[in-house]
Amino acid sequence: MNNKKRSPLFHVAKRAALPWYKSWAIRGGAVLLALLACGLITTLVTGEDPIAVYVSMWEGSFGTSRRFWVLLQNIAMLLCVSLAVTPAFRMRCWNLGGEGQALIGCLAAAACMIRLSGKLPNALVIACMCVASILAGAVWAGIPALFKAKYNTNETLFTLMMNYVATQLVAYYCVVWENPKGSGQIGIINPNSQIGWFPVVGGQKYLLNILVVAVVCVLMHIYLNYSKHGYEIAVVGESERTARYVGIKVERVIVRTMLLSGALCGLAGLLLVGSTNHTLTPTLVEGRGFTAVMVAWLAKFNPVWMILTSLLLVFLSRGAGEIATNFGLNQSFGDILTGVILFFIIGSEFFINYQIKLTKGAGKED
Amino acid sequence: MFDFITFIPRAVMQGIPLLFGSTGETLTEKSGNLNLGIPGIMYVGGICGVIGSFFYEAGKSAAEMNAFLAILIPLLCCLLGSLLMGLLYCFLTVTLRANQNVTGLALTTFGVGFGNFFGGSLIKLSGSELPSIILTNTSNIFRRHLAVGDSTGAFGKLFLSYGFLAYLAVLIALAAARVLNRTRTGLHLRAVGESPNTADAAGVNVSRYKYAATCIGSMIAGLGGLYYVMDYASGMWTNNAFGDRGWLAIALVIFTVWRPNVGVLASFLFGGLYILHMYIPSGMNLAVKELYKMAPYVVTIVVLVLSSMRNKRENQPPASLGLPYFREER
Repeated sequence: MNNKKRSPLFHVAKRAALPWYKSWAIRGGAVLLALLACGLITTLVTGEDPIAVYVSMWEGSFGTSRRFWVLLQNIAMLLCVSLAVTPAFRMRCWNLGGEGQALIGCLAAAACMIRLSGKLPNALVIACMCVASILAGAVWAGIPALFKAKYNTNETLFTLMMNYVATQLVAYYCVVWENPKGSGQIGIINPNSQIGWFPVVGGQKYLLNILVVAVVCVLMHIYLNYSKHGYEIAVVGESERTARYVGIKVERVIVRTMLLSGALCGLAGLLLVGSTNHTLTPTLVEGRGFTAVMVAWLAKFNPVWMILTSLLLVFLSRGAGEIATNFGLNQSFGDILTGVILFFIIGSEFFINYQIKLTKGAGKED
Repeated sequence: MFDFITFIPRAVMQGIPLLFGSTGETLTEKSGNLNLGIPGIMYVGGICGVIGSFFYEAGKSAAEMNAFLAILIPLLCCLLGSLLMGLLYCFLTVTLRANQNVTGLALTTFGVGFGNFFGGSLIKLSGSELPSIILTNTSNIFRRHLAVGDSTGAFGKLFLSYGFLAYLAVLIALAAARVLNRTRTGLHLRAVGESPNTADAAGVNVSRYKYAATCIGSMIAGLGGLYYVMDYASGMWTNNAFGDRGWLAIALVIFTVWRPNVGVLASFLFGGLYILHMYIPSGMNLAVKELYKMAPYVVTIVVLVLSSMRNKRENQPPASLGLPYFREER
């Protein structure tokens, strides 16, 4: 009989909840390590001084007041989409369709601006835009939600596909409404009459977006943590069976939450078209629907922490743009750095949720 | 009259990268890993092959090049690059039990950035004097096909006009289908994807199967990127030219209801749908073309919905798709 068995050196066990400062210390440590790794990669690949690279990243975001406002605007838009997908994520319903839902919101807003200008007074056009975009976003998320609720269709894959349907729909209308003819682009809508352009608040072009998103952020925090709906979402997310047992109508919660999720994505689209860009292109949302997934997850679906995580991701991409121009590197270098930092943060979650225990008498053979 | 003889080979060539991608992703998903990093992995596979052959081809004329090495070097670089991406994904999701959607999306961000960065700056970094990356010589070797293909008319054009990677894609897909459904390994793999608890109890090493399936899957998907650059694009790397084909490959997995052998024909169908807009006579109305590009996605959605409505057990996604496995958790 061979009874010799080597006991493993360590084993992994689930950790009880860490106090918030410890878990954020771990995440902070991961970010620092990631920055070190990125510095190393930068030096190895390009031969540039990593400190100089980081300094120019900082300059790219905070260098001038204009850059700072652009930074804030980008944070606001990313945060808006992230807030939108959060309720669905809390329910463990993976809405990867933020991109498409926001884009269809853009389309609806642009449609109102183009078709209704000159027929209705400006205030009414803006009102129509608000209603149309939010409804369009809600419908775009509502379709997968209905099928998820009724037939348990996989919502991750469904919403993912809806992104591309939306992209092509927008591409179609870009050609239909092209201006000037033959360019295949829409250009700035109503450049002279400025019909459907949102008013500029406080002399800053981007302030309106930032204020709206700030309000949404606070409301979402309250909705998720202090309302009956938020509670139902949490229960469905933890265990659908429990939810059914306590009498929550799971199907209704799924559809309601996804409608809310889509509506907020639509709002993001509305702000992009009505307040910032005044145009429509198939890439107007700039992948925010996907970045939002990471923002929301990194913040553990907590609306307030999401401000920080979206700051981190926007800072990285803005900074990367600055590196690209300063050092003559390709714009995509920023994506590499973003990817590396994300890997470190994703990996660090393990050390927050689990602990590694050394086994007693480790390594001994008995 | 619709010209099928030119349309079908184009559709097949469009379909091959999708076939590689979807075969790889099917294997991965069968182990319960929903790898949304496939688009990034395909970029990395493509660019690694390009880097490999760029350094091999640099300063050589077509006559000096050894055909065997010209294929082997990019192939190995491509496999190595995509293997590393697969390992990274596995380490994060299997060993560290991170969320698969987030890891996959991060991997896609990283991979696409990696591809575009090196595609855009390889020239500058290596200090060479070429104006852009055009690997015509390597590409010609990759695109070589049997001489019979040119002399047998329509038959040759439809079946014999492709480079070797295209046939490899079909072979891999058929082999994957056979392994999944006819071997013990395949049975274990499916068990891991359906119910890791059961598989674990039956003595199957869950982590090892997840690692193996995901890494092999990534390598297969990476070949799709290589095929695209070397064969379809004639060895010319253009940033973002690969486009959303990676997502289309994931759509194809759903469309084929997780069956690589169905994927062979389905990928050609998708390839056809992808380029249909170029062959539809729409006259002056360019806008309609954009609507035709929607077709593959709409078809996928319809299949996804129908298969969930019919609710047949063999047509469902693997039951534990997207969930990390931790033995001590019930």
